[in-house]
Amino acid sequence: MIAANPSTGMTRPPPPQKKWTNLRIAGHVLMALWILSGLYLLYFLGSNVASPFFQKYWPEYVDGFIVTIQIVSVSLVLGALLSVPIAAGRASKLKIFSWPAYAYVNFFRGTPLLAQAFMVYYGFGSFSEELKAAGLWWFFRDAWYCVIFTFSLNTAAYQAEILRGAIQNVPKGQWEGGEALGLSRNVIFFKIILPQALMVALRPYGNEIILMIKGSAIASIVTIYDLMGETRRAYSRSYDFQAYIWAAVAYLLIVETLRRIWDKIEARLTRHLKR
Amino acid sequence: MNEALTLLSFGEQGWGDTIASGVLITVSLALATLPIGLILGFLIALAKNSSEPSLKLAANIYTTIFRGLPELLTLFLVYFGVQIAIQEFIKLLGYDIYFEVNSFVAGMVALSLVFSSYASEAFLSAFNGIPQGQYEGGYALGLSRYKTMRLIILPQLIRLALPALGNLWLILLKETSLVSVIGLADLVREAGIAARVTKEPFLFFGLVLVIYLLLTMISSVGLLRIERWSKRGDAAR
Repeated sequence: MIAANPSTGMTRPPPPQKKWTNLRIAGHVLMALWILSGLYLLYFLGSNVASPFFQKYWPEYVDGFIVTIQIVSVSLVLGALLSVPIAAGRASKLKIFSWPAYAYVNFFRGTPLLAQAFMVYYGFGSFSEELKAAGLWWFFRDAWYCVIFTFSLNTAAYQAEILRGAIQNVPKGQWEGGEALGLSRNVIFFKIILPQALMVALRPYGNEIILMIKGSAIASIVTIYDLMGETRRAYSRSYDFQAYIWAAVAYLLIVETLRRIWDKIEARLTRHLKR
Repeated sequence: MNEALTLLSFGEQGWGDTIASGVLITVSLALATLPIGLILGFLIALAKNSSEPSLKLAANIYTTIFRGLPELLTLFLVYFGVQIAIQEFIKLLGYDIYFEVNSFVAGMVALSLVFSSYASEAFLSAFNGIPQGQYEGGYALGLSRYKTMRLIILPQLIRLALPALGNLWLILLKETSLVSVIGLADLVREAGIAARVTKEPFLFFGLVLVIYLLLTMISSVGLLRIERWSKRGDAAR
């Protein structure tokens, strides 16, 4: 217990006054700008909910949203399946396996997704005769399949790197410990290594999902009517800029919700690591 | 095979010069975006790193927005949004002129917005890697805040942020391809035109992929060198 100052009767000095430093002024001004633009955006959106544009196009936005979710989920799952052998190849000590896997990963990570999509959708059209003969033309003729094909291959490259990095990050002692217990390599891998690796990989996997959602907007350029595609169609028909505003709000909501859910999942799964 | 070579050659019959000009546009767009994005990203990282909560929040809102929007959408928002805003402004002044935003500038602005929000995260984590004692040492030597930042913090910051920034550069290089959609005559657009005219899409889009691969490979080598240069002080120890 601290004795009060006999002359003033106070136990502690008063808290220092917060001064209006330049930084604080700048921060408040910027925040005021954000709040004002946020309020204006809300007003804009609110006043346009009943507008003919919104009435006419909102079902199409919903359709686009569903298409986007479909593209992203299908590609992510196919990519995840494909990433396992690639990651295994990357980690392999044999050059026959590691080299093609390395080339694959570098190719898909070194070129833009847009160019890859063009290559598959337009470029493979050069071989329409051969593809027809091989009975594959129905696949490469359809923009939907082309997009799924490209996105799956693309995300497989990224996911393979995530997987490989995570598995190689698990300390060697974990393997040795398993071997000392007389476990087979399969059991060690699936019961000891993989769970720890996936824990580390959670965050990069979350980022990859978000990147995929954002990247899927590229599908709109190759004639797919996903959320972005519907937006562009709505804009080209109405010349109303709110087309893009609604899309921006939709994408931000999707990405932010997903990010928050993912953070919750991660916090839940790694709660035994929290100190 | 010969046909393909003729198509890719420079001069009257070939598309070589068109493609080359596209490469030039792609590279210059990326190079023009880089300094703006870096400076903006650094300023945002400073704001996020400051002790002032309102400034932090303002910076975080910025990054949340531009990291959440697809790059393509950001591009359209800037390209059409700025155009409409300026058009309205001109109308407000009482003139009736058609105004069109340069697609290069629009691309530069949009890519800078995206790049800076990612770069700010890279800088921020680099800031976290610098011990508090470095600032205190600077102040103890009587250096001003600005001089401490410039002479003591920044050189270490760059070294710590380089790997992440290198990755961002590669991403930026690939993202420039999106600008072809708003009509800038970059590599992808020129190749697309060539593909449509010659009906050889496989050849030209294959060329695009190869050129991008070359660009990223060259960048990787360059980045490795810069990284080694930035770590030359570590080797002595």
